[in-house]
Amino acid sequence: MGEAKTAMVHRPLPHDSAAAHVTGEAVYVDDMPEPAGTLEIFLARAPVAHAAIEALDLEPVRDHPGVACVLAAGDIPGINDISPTHKGDEPVFARDRILFWGQPLFAVAAERLATARQAAERARIEMKPLPAVLSIEEARRRGDLVTEGLVLERGDLREGLRRAPRRLRGSMGIGGQDHFYLEGQVALALPGENGEMRVWSSTQHPSEVQQMVARVLGVAAHKVTVTVRRMGGGFGGKETQASQFACIAALVAARTGRPAKLRLDRDEDMILTGKRHDFLVDYEIGFDGDGRIRAVKMELAARCGFSADLSGPVTDRALFHADNCYFYPAVRLESFPCRTNTVSNTAFRGFGGPQGMLAAERVIEEVAFATGLDPLEVRRRNFYRRGGRDRTPYHMRVEEELFAELVETLAAEAGYEERREAVRAFNRDNRWCRKGLALTPVKFGIAFTATWYNQAGALLHIYRDGSVQLNHGGTEMGQGLHIKILQVVAEELALPIERIAIAATSTGRVPNTSATAASSGSDLNGMAALDAARTLKRRLIAHIASRWQVPAESIVWGGGRIRAGDRETSFEELVEDAYLARVPLSATGFYRTPKIHWDRRRGRGRPFLYFACGAAMSEVIVDTLTGEYRVERVDILHDVGDSLNPAIDLGQIEGGFVQGMGWLTTEELWWDGEGRLRTHAPSTYKIPACGDRPRVMNIRMLEGRPNREDTIHRSKAVGEPPLMLAISVLHALSDAVASIADHRVCPRLDPPATPERVLAAIERLRRSALQTAAE
Amino acid sequence: MPTVTMTVNGKQVSGEVEPRTLLVEFLREGLGLTGTHVGCDTSQCGCCVVHVDGRSVKACTMLAVQAEGAEVTTIEGLAADGSLHPLQQAFHENHGLQCGFCTPGMIMSSLELLQRNPDPSEAEVREWLEGNLCRCTGYHNIVKSVLAAAAAMRGAARAAE
Repeated sequence: MGEAKTAMVHRPLPHDSAAAHVTGEAVYVDDMPEPAGTLEIFLARAPVAHAAIEALDLEPVRDHPGVACVLAAGDIPGINDISPTHKGDEPVFARDRILFWGQPLFAVAAERLATARQAAERARIEMKPLPAVLSIEEARRRGDLVTEGLVLERGDLREGLRRAPRRLRGSMGIGGQDHFYLEGQVALALPGENGEMRVWSSTQHPSEVQQMVARVLGVAAHKVTVTVRRMGGGFGGKETQASQFACIAALVAARTGRPAKLRLDRDEDMILTGKRHDFLVDYEIGFDGDGRIRAVKMELAARCGFSADLSGPVTDRALFHADNCYFYPAVRLESFPCRTNTVSNTAFRGFGGPQGMLAAERVIEEVAFATGLDPLEVRRRNFYRRGGRDRTPYHMRVEEELFAELVETLAAEAGYEERREAVRAFNRDNRWCRKGLALTPVKFGIAFTATWYNQAGALLHIYRDGSVQLNHGGTEMGQGLHIKILQVVAEELALPIERIAIAATSTGRVPNTSATAASSGSDLNGMAALDAARTLKRRLIAHIASRWQVPAESIVWGGGRIRAGDRETSFEELVEDAYLARVPLSATGFYRTPKIHWDRRRGRGRPFLYFACGAAMSEVIVDTLTGEYRVERVDILHDVGDSLNPAIDLGQIEGGFVQGMGWLTTEELWWDGEGRLRTHAPSTYKIPACGDRPRVMNIRMLEGRPNREDTIHRSKAVGEPPLMLAISVLHALSDAVASIADHRVCPRLDPPATPERVLAAIERLRRSALQTAAE
Repeated sequence: MPTVTMTVNGKQVSGEVEPRTLLVEFLREGLGLTGTHVGCDTSQCGCCVVHVDGRSVKACTMLAVQAEGAEVTTIEGLAADGSLHPLQQAFHENHGLQCGFCTPGMIMSSLELLQRNPDPSEAEVREWLEGNLCRCTGYHNIVKSVLAAAAAMRGAARAAE
């Protein structure tokens, strides 16, 4: 069979919904025309962080005029639990205990939200307050974990530390992050006949929402259909977090027989939904005078909130990335997923990986300041290298050495050495303003660490007019997944992209899908869609070969025409002919990621198919009197393999970097002593705005370097890895602060590096410099 | 309930509203113009920007009754005779969007900038858009789109002279 490709892949096509977005035509759940009689739902929230519920009298709420239905824990026909790992620790509505401030206690439905909100005020609650555990330190003291931690070990740690010429220990606090997707959580439920329920949810995981709705309603999954056309952003915040709101909408719909919608406003969304885990990392390292790491011991404790949610896999992934690109000859890493009386933290772009990587980079920094070496040189000396220095703490061999190449290329292109000199000179000449420079690498493992999630399905229909409709298990949250999959199918069928329509993701079309998460959307679904397209193409070729009495190998398929010798037909004619000959024109596709395996108990395996790599260099200027700073310039070199769509990938790199920069600089979540989140709106929680972008930003994607693994058209995943490029900004700030004490003291600047924290670090170093001078 | 009358996207509309109804609620729920989004409910994110008498306004910070008699333009009213406005065209071509939720507000906000200043610098675009949040793009392609639209509109204006 000959191939005449239309080269649909690797082209910078716009997002498939771009035209609909710029005209306002694109429909999100809250934009759908509401069916007549739709009820709006208000959630009543717990007023304290921890308490026993002694009485909850909802009669006055039910009696309020206009209230259609009131639901609490006792009103759930199925199981009052939406734990994604089936731990039974995550009730839809609080049972007999309040576990965090803001926890939903009950729902009120009315035709107007204002009515429901007013009615909720009339509830009578009697509570017995209990001591609330709010911090990681307190939770560790109590030893209360939401799920079992993980230990990764290799080599003899004790001996490694003992024999190391130098040792030090320290700890690092890492802040959390609110997803701040612009479209908040929302679901619309429509009851049908015979116990059926249709749900439109803004979720990255429609199959899980389906499963949870079925559990909560006490019906079989086949009664529930969940549909997702698009999300207004997800970032991990809609991987498990959408379930609760979809379930409540479905409960109201099932109870009343009326359509029901639950949309959180921004404050509710920030109070009610889990965030990126904040971490506390204790480390002990052994190294030598040449900056070579001999041994690393780390304990990574995460604030998980009141339930496990995905905290097990998140803290696992933190451990998987606590090496970043560096070989630890002897190592022991342990995670502590701590239970606290706060909202249950969840997936967020990077999924624990960024926190682990920050810890690794802190280790590098400590060694650099202790030895007086440039941090970049310390990085180089500790890179994984083939032949003896290539085993990760989880015993996977690192075959990828791209990160080292990226670092060298970027250092040369962006002029690290010259600019290091210039920064030094600037800092010599300026008393109050200091510059900082840092170049940090990223190596991010691609695959779900829960091996079974690494599967995907697709469904492809060819209609009699030759138009094609495609479904796959992935969801569109703005990342450009649909256009990439369209390109894959258009390429395979050699059709113009307009001939293929992508339909909303639906549990009724492709079942048992995995979350669109772990950067795996196009890797998994692209392969599944390709499989379906190949099946249909094979059938059509077999049909026409038999019709023309020619060998299938002689068929040339390309540009909408199918040829063999002097015989020729159009795709449309072939489809109609195949239909009349009763050739099935619909096919499913399936993919499972090869090679991966993981034995969690033994801490060994190959949890990742490959690594996506990148490097970033940031330069900052800090006002040492106020702690305020600017990011002057950022240079990025990132590896996406053979990009399926370079425009989309570039957007992911730019957006991921800026989001990561927000996490590490301005985005500060703050709970008060009562466990109340005090930063629950953009007025107090500052995500990057248009003017916060670095003054100069040069981004280049590595070209001509296809994925060494057989991924979809040799591309690489790009959703999460670029977020971690922003670690260079934190380290550049640290570098600027370190200049105060002549780079002899590690500033231990913990993120988020708000101006307040930067100033505190500056003052700490000033005192330390004075002390040194006095001695 | 008071009746409010205004011109929306060139068409006169009127409806009964509670006095506390926000303009954005009237547009979305009353008129079904759902291209104007609500992102933060508190006049900070800019997803709900529309034009009222030629000025960009966060439609969640204005009551419907305050727009009595006004000329309101929403994202749905921007494309003339089925062809995209240069700003819409530019956001499309320059990948100025990802999830698209902030896009209508970004475009409507930028529209006033370009009406006031047909040739803004990058810094001016960035400053103008401080009140419009985007969580996906990192703003790079948004700024690029606005600058591209400005150039296209200046070109069209010169051609018309």
